[in-house]
Amino acid sequence: MLEIKEITRNFDSFTALDKVSLSIEAGEFFTLLGPSGCGKTTLLRLIAGFDQPDGGDILLDGKSIIATPPERRPLHTIFQNYALFPHMTVADNIAFPLRMVGCKPDEIDQRVAEALEDVSLPDKGKHYPEALSGGQKQRIAIARALVNRPRLLLLDEPLSALDAKLREQMQLELIKLQQEIGITFIYVTHDQGEALALSHRIAVMNHGTIAQIDEPSRLYSYPNSRFVADFIGQCNLLAGTVEQIQNDRVRVELKGLGPVQTVIPPNATIEAGMACTLTLRPEKIRISSTLTQDEGEVHLKGVVHDMLYLGDVTVYKVELANGMLVEALLANSSAGRARFFEVGDQVEVAWGFEAGHLVMD
Amino acid sequence: MSQKNRALKLSALAVYAFLYLPLLIVVIYSFNDSKLNAEWVGFTFKWYDKLFHNREMLTAAGNSLIIATSSAMIATVLGTLAGMAMYKYRLKVLPGLVLAPIAMPDILMGVSLLLFFIMLNMSLGLISITLAHITFCIGFVALSVQARMSSIDRSLTEAARDLGATPWQCFRKITLPLLAPGIIAGALMAFTLSIDDFVITFFVAGVGSSTLPLQIYSMVKIAVTPEVNAISTLLMLLTLILITLVARLSPGALRS
Ligand SMILES: Nc1ncnc2c1ncn2[C@@H]1O[C@H](COP(=O)(O)OP(=O)(O)OP(=O)(O)O)[C@@H](O)[C@H]1O
Ligand SMILES: [Mg+2]
Repeated sequence: MLEIKEITRNFDSFTALDKVSLSIEAGEFFTLLGPSGCGKTTLLRLIAGFDQPDGGDILLDGKSIIATPPERRPLHTIFQNYALFPHMTVADNIAFPLRMVGCKPDEIDQRVAEALEDVSLPDKGKHYPEALSGGQKQRIAIARALVNRPRLLLLDEPLSALDAKLREQMQLELIKLQQEIGITFIYVTHDQGEALALSHRIAVMNHGTIAQIDEPSRLYSYPNSRFVADFIGQCNLLAGTVEQIQNDRVRVELKGLGPVQTVIPPNATIEAGMACTLTLRPEKIRISSTLTQDEGEVHLKGVVHDMLYLGDVTVYKVELANGMLVEALLANSSAGRARFFEVGDQVEVAWGFEAGHLVMD
Repeated sequence: MSQKNRALKLSALAVYAFLYLPLLIVVIYSFNDSKLNAEWVGFTFKWYDKLFHNREMLTAAGNSLIIATSSAMIATVLGTLAGMAMYKYRLKVLPGLVLAPIAMPDILMGVSLLLFFIMLNMSLGLISITLAHITFCIGFVALSVQARMSSIDRSLTEAARDLGATPWQCFRKITLPLLAPGIIAGALMAFTLSIDDFVITFFVAGVGSSTLPLQIYSMVKIAVTPEVNAISTLLMLLTLILITLVARLSPGALRS
């Protein structure tokens, strides 16, 4: 539905977006995720038409919209600060897009009332925006953006100004809303948890380029680079070199830890001698006090360096032979048995061959 | 704490007294039944009566109102455009040129405008005065509008465009209402500056036309009569009414 082709945007000598390409399907909840300053807002502003690219094209249903002014693009933006017009009542704010296209007053009144109903604020129409709480402003901004049924909704960190509890509630509401009305969402955030929870697909951005586009679960399990592995969730990163490839297995020499076996990652070009990183999620690492001899596992010795009791799980930091700390999660499944190990305990760190995911540097 | 508060209140009171006491004295003497501004004799309206039968004074007042209204209106339009351009385009030279007349000594402005009008072979009178007033009022309006403009969140105008407003609709529905306090403040400033300008007007007025300040000056040359007090009191009243009107017409204007 929306196709972005090799979009480039330079600010003086600084390249904010470097040949970014992606395509978004109708009805999708698509998220742009990345650290601060990676170009998410810049890309969103280009899609909305507030800014012009220095190269590339943006296609909506196959037609270029580069030359279309923002008011004629069938999409609306939810701004981080809501951008409600302070000199208009809530009802007039919501009526604004309808008035711009010349709707009849009766119809406007009816649709504004419906829109207020939809965001469960039916009696706030006569208030001015300054009299609303953050969450209410957010809902009004959404009502205003959806009242004339755009094809696409762009949301730039819409929840970042809300407190944690309200944010979670609004996340659920957003998912529900998007499913009900079926409008395509392009959502910008730098919060990876939010991105994983909300999105159908995520584009991870870094320094004005796209690092990876994938579904949340694939992004989490099969990051394509050290950067993505590190940015999405918690991850142990073990540097090494590819030593030998046989069938679906790779032998990797980890720096200071010796050789380990792991599986070949999907769609990767891999050769002996390449520098690589073994990424390991903390929940995939097992620690135990007794030595086990499972053939399908990697075993390493370590010392408990630190632990953090979090209620549902305990996070252990274990120091390996090369001085590196790896994180492991242990579920506190039975009451009273919260602590399995103490700081300073000798333990064995183990993970299955298929638990780690190899990325090339 | 309360001592600090009291000191604050006292100093505020002193400032207000400093500003308004002289004005109050003028008002009081305008009702004094004596030709001398010395002691209170009794209450009278006769100076006002006399004022309203003073042909010259009435013409001068009429001139002042016409000049102030038209120069304020034109300067407001031009100043608003200049202020918006100054905000939007981050120009280097134009802001300096627009604002220079504010800082320039009045006497210099007066002389140069006079020379300019003579060079153009323009006859001096209401039109030359109005043109002169417009030149020095634009800067004040532009400053006021620019300041207001930079307080408007850019995302508001972007949101308006995003929601279907053409650039003109966006200006009419969003920018202009939000700018209104700045524009009204600028217009008021222009009006008051015009109505009490003396120096520049003095140079470009020519012989036939007089304004209130010129008329008062020519009267004061002889003596500060109670009639002068009366006209000053009326001027003050006019200003007061204007400000109240602004507050009534756009309650948001003075709030923010
Ligand atoms: N108008 C501009 N002029 C110059 N540089 C700009 C401009 N807009 C953005 N940039 C630069 O482009 C880069 C990307 O900015 P952008 O706002 O897109 O980041 P972002 O990914 O949205 O970050 P954040 O998560 O902090 O909002 C930044 O380094 C920023 O300084
Ligand atoms: Mg941003």
